[in-house]
Amino acid sequence: MSKITDGILKAVKQVKGGVLVDHHKDTKDMATVRITPPERVILPMQQHIGAPCSPLVKVGDHVDVGQKIADSDQYVSAPIHASVSGKVTAVSEVKVANGRLLPAITIENDGEMTLSEEIVPPKVENKADLIKAIRNSGLVGLGGAGFPSHVKFNIPDDKNIDTLIINAAECEPFITVDYRECIENTRNIVDGVYLLKKVLGFKNIIIAVEDNKPDAIKILKEIADSHKDNAVKVMTLKSKYPQGAEKMMVQSATGKIVPAGKLPADVGCVVANVGSVAFIARHVRTGRPIISRTLTVSGSAIANPMNVRVPVGIEASKVIDFCGGFKKEPVKIIAGGPMMGTALIDTDVPILKSNNALLAFADEIRTNKKERDCIRCGRCVAACPMNLIPTDIEALSLNKDAEALSKAGIMVCMECGSCAYSCPAGKPLVQYMRLGKDVIRQAGAKK
Amino acid sequence: MKKLTVSASPHVRSSFTVPHIMLDVIIALIPALIASIVLFGFRSLLITAVCVVSCIAFEYISRKIMKRNTTISDLSAIVTGMLLAFNLPVTIPLWMCVIGCFFAIVVVKQFFGGIGQNFVNPAIGGRIVMLVSFSSAMTNWTAPLEWKNGLDAVSAATPLASLGIGSDMTGLPSLLEMFLGVRGGCIGETCAAALLLGFVYLLIRKVIKPIIPLCFVGTVAVIMLIAGKGSFEFMLYEVLSGGLLLGAIFMATDYATSPITSKGKVIFAIGCGIITAVIRLFANLPEGVSYAIIIMNILVPHIETITKPRPFGAEKEKKSKKEEAAS
Repeated sequence: MSKITDGILKAVKQVKGGVLVDHHKDTKDMATVRITPPERVILPMQQHIGAPCSPLVKVGDHVDVGQKIADSDQYVSAPIHASVSGKVTAVSEVKVANGRLLPAITIENDGEMTLSEEIVPPKVENKADLIKAIRNSGLVGLGGAGFPSHVKFNIPDDKNIDTLIINAAECEPFITVDYRECIENTRNIVDGVYLLKKVLGFKNIIIAVEDNKPDAIKILKEIADSHKDNAVKVMTLKSKYPQGAEKMMVQSATGKIVPAGKLPADVGCVVANVGSVAFIARHVRTGRPIISRTLTVSGSAIANPMNVRVPVGIEASKVIDFCGGFKKEPVKIIAGGPMMGTALIDTDVPILKSNNALLAFADEIRTNKKERDCIRCGRCVAACPMNLIPTDIEALSLNKDAEALSKAGIMVCMECGSCAYSCPAGKPLVQYMRLGKDVIRQAGAKK
Repeated sequence: MKKLTVSASPHVRSSFTVPHIMLDVIIALIPALIASIVLFGFRSLLITAVCVVSCIAFEYISRKIMKRNTTISDLSAIVTGMLLAFNLPVTIPLWMCVIGCFFAIVVVKQFFGGIGQNFVNPAIGGRIVMLVSFSSAMTNWTAPLEWKNGLDAVSAATPLASLGIGSDMTGLPSLLEMFLGVRGGCIGETCAAALLLGFVYLLIRKVIKPIIPLCFVGTVAVIMLIAGKGSFEFMLYEVLSGGLLLGAIFMATDYATSPITSKGKVIFAIGCGIITAVIRLFANLPEGVSYAIIIMNILVPHIETITKPRPFGAEKEKKSKKEEAAS
């Protein structure tokens, strides 16, 4: 049907830079397994980008599954819901994956899993209804960044947005959550696509997948062809990290370049994770907020790697135990993918809404190499999808030269890690990028 | 459970390391080393060994004196030693080799901060100092393959010295001999076949991109074709003689002294080609590759300034200035 457009999409499907990383999608054929609900869940008050929530319950209160237990009056924020039923046993500070301490609500599971009366399907007739429903559902981008979804979809009327790009690229190694979503929740994806199209008025919808997932491509093509209006297209991308990055997606799908410091909305696009789209459809149908999510548990130290559906707030150690524990002594445990994830200090941290993987590695993982002097081989420059010169930025960051750093374009860096991955001298280039951004922030604060 | 490693992302790294890269360059130089032994005898192996050992020693000693960490394990000193040796005639006294290595490693490389910081290629820097200091010893050429007959240093002119526009080419080795390296010259530069083998290996191993050697040699070829009034024979003699292939494949591609972007590499390589051709055609010197590379090495920071890539989504600078003026 849309042979011509397919041709055009293929012509731009590969963007500059990036690195070829071993895929390790070992769990791709494993159907998602539901975990036994844990004895307790810990729900930090900030599981998203934006303002933290304040607790709506206190110690001793009884809560039901899906009951809203924390919210914020700020726009850029997302409410938090109880993922088990039972008694609130603590409202205190807990350690989260990145090592920070956050206030959190601990709920002791009573084993009943009583559904809250708050769960009623929302009425969605127009944009305002949909945005309200998404906010009430507590949805944040399920791809990993955790940006509140209602903000993303609440497009200002003065912006002419016509393209929705659905991100199923999943370019991080190991993670197979979005892939399983395509295979297992096809119905919800279809519903979500057409709901968003109808209510938000998108003209084009492009579902982007990397070409190492032929089964997902086949299923998504069926979705695209199921409606005769030709508005939904599937775009296959070369499997190359970081194809799934938002700005890369927009460029691959439309050929447009998002200006530095701007959002995809500024070039008429919205990019949403495939899981988020499927969730919206399910929420509108059932009213259930985001209280569980799928995780890929994998890596060389995990006994039984699998995709597992867990309640939000479950401790990482419980998830690992469910997957058979460790078969080898782990040296590194990562929340998220190996390229951009966060290394855990220990495993008693809670799983958040935006976590998509829990990876544990034994000592053969090439986490670091001996750091040597830069030989200016240019591999980081060739790998940078943002056209930066990471090796120069290293020097500027160490010199704390804020002006030169912003001139070098450091703020467009998305910390994808392609530079550090490819560096033969083992330089921690991503850290220098973060250092450089901090130098600019501090210089800005002084002014 | 043992303590977990906590470090910044990414948590996986490629298998490429600096010693791997240097080892690949060393492997790529082996065919030329074997060719040099066949053509000029075991003394070329001796020269190479002396250069390699003195480069390693100077690197070790200078880092120790400067109280910096030892870097001989990155293997770059071996590469420098081999390249410098390949640029010497087989008759060179060994003590001169040591002086060349001293200059290459200590003055050019370590005085400026070690690997990656040198502003010109160390091997070329060392060679030029030797060329200026010991000009007769550095241009004392011997005929190839004569060592087998037990004859001591039969002197011979290099083809490049006898090559001129419109000059008689009958006295020169055949093009096949030129390609196989059966001609007078520095020990490592003559055998084009061996150098090209190394080139292919470097490309397969992704150590270098083909852009610099192709643009460098291509520029020389085009200029020589024009200068030779369309004579392909003259052009091929020019490409195969002197140190052009050795320089274009192994020395102009030195990471630290060539531009980091592809656009910059093209400018750099074409510049090398033009200077080489101009020196060969118009200057008094018979050979220009080393000087061409060293001049372009010095210009690299300027080439990098004008070829700096624009960050993703950044506006063109000129445009924003216009906008400022308008507002």
